[in-house]
Amino acid sequence: MNYNWDWNIFFKSTGIGSEIYLDWFISGLGWTIAVALVAWIAALAIGSVLGVMRTLPGKVLPAIATAYVELFRNVPLLVQLFMWYFVVPDYLPEATQIWFKQELNPATSAYISVVVCLALFTAARVCEQVRTGIQALPRGQSAAALAVGFSIGQTYRYVLLPQAFRVIIPPLTSEFLNIFKNSSVASLIGLMELLAQTKQTAEFSANIFEAFTLATVIYFVLNMSLMTLMNLIEKKVRIPGMMGGAK
Amino acid sequence: MSMIAIKNVSKWYGDFQVLTDCTTDVKKGEVVVVCGPSGSGKSTLIKTVNALEPFQKGEIFVDGVSVGDPKTDLPKLRARIGMVFQNFELFPHLSITENLTIAQQRVLGRSQDEAMQKGMHYLDRVGLKAQAGKFPGQLSGGQQQRVAIARALAMDPIAMLFDEPTSALDPEMVNEVLDVMVELAHEGMTMMCVTHEMGFARKVADRVIFMDRGAIVEDCEKEEFFGDIDARSERARHFLSKILQH
Repeated sequence: MNYNWDWNIFFKSTGIGSEIYLDWFISGLGWTIAVALVAWIAALAIGSVLGVMRTLPGKVLPAIATAYVELFRNVPLLVQLFMWYFVVPDYLPEATQIWFKQELNPATSAYISVVVCLALFTAARVCEQVRTGIQALPRGQSAAALAVGFSIGQTYRYVLLPQAFRVIIPPLTSEFLNIFKNSSVASLIGLMELLAQTKQTAEFSANIFEAFTLATVIYFVLNMSLMTLMNLIEKKVRIPGMMGGAK
Repeated sequence: MSMIAIKNVSKWYGDFQVLTDCTTDVKKGEVVVVCGPSGSGKSTLIKTVNALEPFQKGEIFVDGVSVGDPKTDLPKLRARIGMVFQNFELFPHLSITENLTIAQQRVLGRSQDEAMQKGMHYLDRVGLKAQAGKFPGQLSGGQQQRVAIARALAMDPIAMLFDEPTSALDPEMVNEVLDVMVELAHEGMTMMCVTHEMGFARKVADRVIFMDRGAIVEDCEKEEFFGDIDARSERARHFLSKILQH
């Protein structure tokens, strides 16, 4: 293959202001992190509430949570993103619509859409993990918690959830990494996150291989770091005498 | 005065009847042993007392409070009844100390100092003060069950329910748990115990209840129950002949 690799490209001027291509990648990485972290926090909160709902006695609350999960995990992520960005805003009240479409900076409205989309999509998956984590606990645990006089809320807060979350750290880690990877869909609605900046670099400089190689390395290092962080957390909260914890 | 009064209680899982018209009572300071073959409903019956198992018919009163009444504040009622489970059910993510204090603080609203003092007092009584800083997974089954008894006692219960407290234990650990229970009985604690430990029943029980197929078949004084085996119902005799053989 006749290709002249030029790794110096990242330090060359983009021709726009005084920016070099590396600046674009840094800014893109910043957006990627901003999208993924905010969406993750929301997904964790919403997913936990839904997961708890699925394990509650009665019919109505579990049914609502189940319907949510089925809806959000059976529609492709991209379709959901386009819904949130192109369709849903048209159904907002007049004033909100004008604000969202005209007054907001286009980057901000794209950002809001993608954060809402990823948060709600990932919440469905977090819900299933939280539910499994709770259901994996011995049934006697909730009986014992109720028997000492805990309310249902206290039973979840002090007994079930602290154990369930420890059990599901590995699958939650994988979901946490997924949200960073999935955030790349934002490039399709014009948010200049890492993938969008990579494509732009490739088009501007024609150094397509270098651009995508750097993007690959950045995604890889980012996710490896997050995984290491989650492993540390998992070790830190491990219960002595259980699940392979130190005696 | 009866501390636990069970009146004509029946319970169904769908069409299947698990409790049939059960009536008995446990007086203040009384020790009642409930025995019977597996599947006879004895665990279910004891769990209806603190409403861990709902029932469809009949009434249960604990210290005069109706358990089945929808208006009853169940957490408040349960906090006054100690319960010990077959599988201990200590909270594995909490240290022994936290297991002993969390409900005292969160349910009874005691201060940390008070809860700690009370918890340590009972941990000492079950002979495990040295294990305070450990986690449940680091203790043997017998030790865990003793902690579970201390956890229940720290709430100053008006009665204690034991649901096969020694069934999940290795044989050499059964006695350390029974010793604690015997001591408790001698101190005048009101106790309802589902157990197959007939030695324990002989030693401290005031009354013995025998259940079969969801119904109370025998309910009599200990002396009567063990004294004249031939006067017992056929099913009770059959059961006793099996567990008293050795």
